[in-house]
Amino acid sequence: MTPDSATAVISVHEGNIALGGRPILRGIELAVRPGEVVAVLGANGSGKSTLVRGLMGLTPWTSGDIRLFGDPLASFRQWQRVGYVPQRITAAGGVPATVAEVVGSGRLSRRRLLMPMGRRDREAVRNAIAAVELTDRTHDAVGHLSGGQQQRVLMARALAGEPDLLVLDEPNAGVDHHNQIGLAETLRPMVSAGATVLFVLHELGPLASLIDRAVVLREGRVVYDGPPPDDATLEAFHDHHPPRLHSDHVPMKSGWDL
Amino acid sequence: MNLLAYDFMVRALLAAAFTGFAAPAVGTYLVQRRLALMGDGIGHIAVTGVGLGLLTGHSPVWTAVIVAVLGAVLIELVRERGNTSGDVALALIFYGGIAGGVMVTGLAGGSAQTLQNYLFGSITTVSPADVWTVVVLAAIVIFVAIGFSPQLFAVCQDEEFARVTGMRVRVYTITTSVMAAVTVTVAMRTVGLLLVSALMVVPVATAQQVARGFKVTIVVAMLLGTLASVAGVVTSFYANVAPGSTIVLIALAGFVAAWPAGALLRRRRRLAEPFPVSDEEMPHDVVPEQHGHQHGDDCGHQAVEHGDHIDYVHDGHRHAMHGDHYDEH
Repeated sequence: MTPDSATAVISVHEGNIALGGRPILRGIELAVRPGEVVAVLGANGSGKSTLVRGLMGLTPWTSGDIRLFGDPLASFRQWQRVGYVPQRITAAGGVPATVAEVVGSGRLSRRRLLMPMGRRDREAVRNAIAAVELTDRTHDAVGHLSGGQQQRVLMARALAGEPDLLVLDEPNAGVDHHNQIGLAETLRPMVSAGATVLFVLHELGPLASLIDRAVVLREGRVVYDGPPPDDATLEAFHDHHPPRLHSDHVPMKSGWDL
Repeated sequence: MNLLAYDFMVRALLAAAFTGFAAPAVGTYLVQRRLALMGDGIGHIAVTGVGLGLLTGHSPVWTAVIVAVLGAVLIELVRERGNTSGDVALALIFYGGIAGGVMVTGLAGGSAQTLQNYLFGSITTVSPADVWTVVVLAAIVIFVAIGFSPQLFAVCQDEEFARVTGMRVRVYTITTSVMAAVTVTVAMRTVGLLLVSALMVVPVATAQQVARGFKVTIVVAMLLGTLASVAGVVTSFYANVAPGSTIVLIALAGFVAAWPAGALLRRRRRLAEPFPVSDEEMPHDVVPEQHGHQHGDDCGHQAVEHGDHIDYVHDGHRHAMHGDHYDEH
């Protein structure tokens, strides 16, 4: 445990993830302090989604000291403090579900078994739907919404739990410019109010103005950690080392990143 | 002829009502997880349980419950591993179940007729003890399916998100499978093992035609399931055929009847879907022609949202009101 990791919202020291025996993330060092807005950037296959899935406990770490809110990930129980927005093409399941129902499931970490939603819960769901400007679609089926609107439903689901830390995995993938700006505007008041946010992004886009710090991954390692780079610099991180084709090289198959 | 004058009919109707109420409740979760055919697989496995009951002289309902639950947990574990051969592994379990059941029943000296009672249902053979078993098990399934619906919904909707809310996802996925197994065995006296899955899935498919939300879907499906099973048992009494067939055919008739309503709703929704807005200013033309009427809520032309205004669609045009004239959008 480093001195920083006690106060940090997210801290990773010597973090390694291997999938099916193949090292994907290697020697990751990352600390996100309260109130920071950090973007994890990198090309496809750089391991950025794996990093977030690891932090959310969805992909096991092979080794390393991983902490959320100061607690080791393995014994972390305060999941109501975390809002997760997965990377998703659709928010619909095999049975239709309304916007209110999907957003309501974001409230579960704060509810007790067999108890109906209380006034406080219903209010939180209503506010979360209002924050993503879908109030007039509250009772519509999620499957009938556009891709951008479905992404906003997933966003509202994370907000409904009133988290201290918001983690968004590629929130702008497949979302038009108009909705990307909407997402930035939705997050702005939360960021001003002191929320900690971790994004996984392919490019900064309209979110750039919110971001304090960028962490760039390349082939499973952190290659940059500092102020958000401009697009040209970011491009160079992706491109200026042409992919090597040695036989001992971890192939950058997109499948590993999912 | 008064149906309720026959004790066996009272028992059969009671069993059918509870089965019809419970099966679609579990079916809704299976459909949501895109495991609509799981009930079929469990039904196949339960055949072995029936065979073991006949062979050992225990009640086939209880041996079927035990074998079906074990099979369901096995299916869930295979599915969870998520490897590409999971599909084939499931098929192996299914076929092993039905072949094992037929063989064990044969060893027990059971005739084809005995097994048929379990495969397609039989109202005359429901004993008073069976009715109690069915009612109690179905009541437990209904309690769990409704009482834990927020959790089960979340897990079936998005397993990974549920995990990040701190839920013990595996407890709920296995609960769903066990409920499916119990429902299959509960339903085997009325619908029969080979058709039980239809009672779990068809009412859900029917409810989906008209419902927009999960809660409405599950409630409507449970009511439709009860209706189909009670009506099916009554019909089978008069037609003197296995109740499984009449129950499933009535459920399917319900689906066929609801389909046009669903198709109409879907078409209307598609037409009303907002047109996409681009960020750039689009050049557009003023419509030279005069409109015979003012477009509005009740003009009969399809009104479609387009950014901050409404377009009216007619004869292949999209006309939007702009001051004293219409623009072609």
